[in-house]
Amino acid sequence: MSVLSKSPWVIHYDGSSCNGCDIEVLAALMPRFDVERFGIINTGNPKHADIFLITGSINEQNIGIVKNIYEQMPNPKVVLALGICATSGGIFKDCYNVYGGVDKVIPVDVYVPGCAVRPEAIIDGVVKALGILEKKREQDCGGNCSCSGEGAC
Amino acid sequence: MAERTIIPFGPQHPVLPEPIHLDLVVEDEKVIEVIPSIGFIHRGLEKLVENRDYNDFTYVAERICGICSFIHGLTYCQAVEKVLNVTVPPRAEYLRLVWSELSRIHSHLLWLGLIADSFGFESLFMYSWKMREEVLDIIEETTGGRVIFGSAKVGGVRRNIEKDKLAEIQKRLDKLEHDLKSITNVFIEDASVKHRLCGVGVLSKEDAYHLGAVGPMLRASGVNQDVRVATYAKYKELDFVPMIESSGDSYARTIVRIREVYQSFELIRRTIKHMPDSEIDVKVTGMPTGEFCARNEQPRGEVVYYIKGNGTKFLDRLRVRTPTFANIPALLKVLPGSDLADVPVLVLTIDPCISCTER
Ligand code: SF4
Repeated sequence: MSVLSKSPWVIHYDGSSCNGCDIEVLAALMPRFDVERFGIINTGNPKHADIFLITGSINEQNIGIVKNIYEQMPNPKVVLALGICATSGGIFKDCYNVYGGVDKVIPVDVYVPGCAVRPEAIIDGVVKALGILEKKREQDCGGNCSCSGEGAC
Repeated sequence: MAERTIIPFGPQHPVLPEPIHLDLVVEDEKVIEVIPSIGFIHRGLEKLVENRDYNDFTYVAERICGICSFIHGLTYCQAVEKVLNVTVPPRAEYLRLVWSELSRIHSHLLWLGLIADSFGFESLFMYSWKMREEVLDIIEETTGGRVIFGSAKVGGVRRNIEKDKLAEIQKRLDKLEHDLKSITNVFIEDASVKHRLCGVGVLSKEDAYHLGAVGPMLRASGVNQDVRVATYAKYKELDFVPMIESSGDSYARTIVRIREVYQSFELIRRTIKHMPDSEIDVKVTGMPTGEFCARNEQPRGEVVYYIKGNGTKFLDRLRVRTPTFANIPALLKVLPGSDLADVPVLVLTIDPCISCTER
């Protein structure tokens, strides 16, 4: 449980999803699934967030917004593509305004499948992201500080 | 005179699960003018009909919106059935009604949670969504999906609900209806809730009618209009009457939705009681030729599906007019003159569903 001892904050943005995945993200925060027990809090401010949850695919209008949110987040950060739309475009792949999955514009660390993605899958994805976050933190720190490379700083 | 400032609201905003952008022109704390810009979720799925089989398109129609997904799929099917001259068996009609009303209950509970969140009543938000999960359980057991049901199809429904299951669902809904009183009473009576909702964003009867508002937004302003009365044969058999309020403020919109939730429980009860025995689907043959406009009442208001077939398995044209789109002019009417702090509440009172608006 050592990775869970840190409380990651998440930010959620709806790319061009059908809403199904978004309400499941919110449902994961609710009493039934309750990710807050792991210290995970949904924040509206990109500068507070460690994990970027993105649902829906990339289109002409939102490309800049997605990049903007990603760039504002402090390092280390992890991106989760939730649902098939965010992974590849899914059922809307052939639509004229859909460019494809989120990885077309920003690097994605965890892909969570499902249409709609289930809250259990979201939690699983976030737990995986915590491991990646921890690794990135260790890499970033590189032992140049008081923690001597253990990532505790 | 106070200076004018423009405050951008959205597309990424804490109270909005979905992106919409509003430029709020404010003078001190008062909103003077609102300029919306939309299109962040535009996918262009109406054009997909040109290369998807008309039967398969039901899945795409369901994914226009993840909250009213079933009713989207259903309305599409109704339009195609009309063009193909298919009569749906009575049991399928009744099952469709059960799922439509379950969608309405879960959508309204979702909205009640979001509105509570918008005025900062977190525990009420949590309780509403906790109750919503009970409805989702029933939906999942009967269709296999939590938000995208996939149970509507051209010519009927994909799954049956057996008699024992219906009886069990009825018991669980009765319990939920009883438990729900504890949260709806807070919305109706609590002083702090009333303080945020009463008299906020009043929309007059004339404005609501002339701006073409739909759904609870329209009915809260005293206009008696609900498509369920006009188009669905089955609702007539169930003695359906629309829920109307007259004051036209945010509180009235909340009350309309709360009353509709209880009404949906009652409608499901009557449907289960009168559920006929028959097949659940008919075989569909032929290709759609001709055009039709189907209407249906979603939790957010009236949805219109226009389809045009050309005798092949691909449709020529699909056009969807969704309820949120119809409610945006009404929203722009109520925002000017309100306090900046009330903007999130007002945006939420139309129950915005941006993904279906922009498709
Ligand atoms: S993956 Fe499915 S449910 Fe999720 S946004 Fe896409 S279409 Fe909607």
